[in-house]
Amino acid sequence: MYSEKLMEHFRNPHNMGELENPDGVGTVGNPICGDLMSIYIKVKDNKIEDIKFKTFGCAAAIATSSMITELAKGKTLEEALKITKEEIADALEGLPPIKMHCSNLAAEGLKVAIKDYLAKKGKY
Amino acid sequence: MKRIYLDHAATTPIAQEVLKEMLPYFTEFYGNASSLHSFGREAHNAIEKARAQIANLIKAKEEEIIFTSSGTESDNLAIKGIAYRHKELITDFEGPHIITSAIEHPAVLETCKYLEQQGFRVKYLPVDKYGFVNVEELENSISKGTFLITIMHANNEIGTIEPIEEIGKIAKERDVILHTDAVQSFGKVPIDVGKMNADLLSVSAHKIYGPKGVGALYIKRGVQVEPFIHGGGHERGLRSSTENIAGIVGLGKAAELAQQRIESDAAYMTKLRDKLIKNITENVEESYLNGHPTKRLPNNAHFRFTGIEGESLVLSLDEKGIASSTGSACSSKKLEPSHVLLAIGLNEVEAHGSLRLTLGRENTEEEIDYVLGVLPEVVERLRKISPLWGKKLELEEWKKKLEKEERKSKEIELR
Repeated sequence: MYSEKLMEHFRNPHNMGELENPDGVGTVGNPICGDLMSIYIKVKDNKIEDIKFKTFGCAAAIATSSMITELAKGKTLEEALKITKEEIADALEGLPPIKMHCSNLAAEGLKVAIKDYLAKKGKY
Repeated sequence: MKRIYLDHAATTPIAQEVLKEMLPYFTEFYGNASSLHSFGREAHNAIEKARAQIANLIKAKEEEIIFTSSGTESDNLAIKGIAYRHKELITDFEGPHIITSAIEHPAVLETCKYLEQQGFRVKYLPVDKYGFVNVEELENSISKGTFLITIMHANNEIGTIEPIEEIGKIAKERDVILHTDAVQSFGKVPIDVGKMNADLLSVSAHKIYGPKGVGALYIKRGVQVEPFIHGGGHERGLRSSTENIAGIVGLGKAAELAQQRIESDAAYMTKLRDKLIKNITENVEESYLNGHPTKRLPNNAHFRFTGIEGESLVLSLDEKGIASSTGSACSSKKLEPSHVLLAIGLNEVEAHGSLRLTLGRENTEEEIDYVLGVLPEVVERLRKISPLWGKKLELEEWKKKLEKEERKSKEIELR
């Protein structure tokens, strides 16, 4: 059902945890559906300097959270906003169709965290 | 790595004695039971022996056992077979009526839903926090049009054993046919169809160390069932199809073994089950038992853990060599949590954090000790990842928080 790459991220998630005083936080999902993600970011010079996550959910939800933090780290905000659910799924060597919403959730979580940062900075 | 199988409610390995009994029926005694020659007679005799073995285990008569391909088929034959036979007999202006429970196996629930599309009315009885059907409510639900009550003997998820004898008494008094899905309880707890007042009872082979792809249905003598597989008239015309001889032999032998060992197996598994329940609920913070503490299958221990999700738990345990199961939606093809867990009053988040450990006769105390050593670490690791753990927000508060975040996110238009 799951690729070895996905299982590796599930076993040893990268960037797991919370950031102290994050510049932006995005919490998405719905515990009722079994998935809830919080993405925390630190931004420096318009780049994502640090990123962490916490996830309640299945193996795919945990692995996609881990993967988005890997993909986003070091990217400019504009670049990070362009990360798609397909990119996350591809980086994990595929997701079962029924689990594609997990990669969507991860991309959405990052987007919300960036929006939160921009709103705090008064850029809207 | 050590591998420990704790998913016996899903399926069991074939017992060596069962396999040994089956093997000659693939190669040596390969006749068609309908043939007149000696090859055919050998096959026919094997079927009749198995019929007697199953009948003995549930205290029925041999001729009251019909072979099917599975517990699911048995449930379908029982419910549709009774429904189609009785539909025209119902004179109640409200139409023909079936009573079942909200926690039945999909083989029963989906069959009832299908019959609703055919014009039948179905009452899905709620259950209490342990999973018990309210017998008084069941009795009050019987109307002039009620012709069938179908209530499972033991629940496949939480292991609760329903008060079937009490329900059977009411069914008999009110002249309503009683079917019970006994797929999980068959061979694990004593079954006496007479004491139960059961008219139909479904069983399956692969839950009791028999082969997959074979089941049986007890139909009390005199109960009229409409067949839905038509053909050569096998199984008293109720289930046409050339018989799966080796499978039937396997089911018969598995039933015989279960009968010999039912008390010792139940005592052994109850001991291991209670050790699991006591240690986990005492030693793992915010862990709870689902189902009734004692009126449950001897091999079933069903838990929920706050703040984590079942599929992650099952896969993490699998990494440690432990095979288990969950009622979480994420492990299934649907994304809704278990209907059983919702029916016993759990909210969706609680239902997602479920774990089912079902024992078998080959499990050892050493294996249970290993599970008890591994499980707390696994739960702790997943809780460290979870944003829900340690946050004392109630479900309603989470809903509000997420709605607020979603609104905020929509308000911000990215340039």
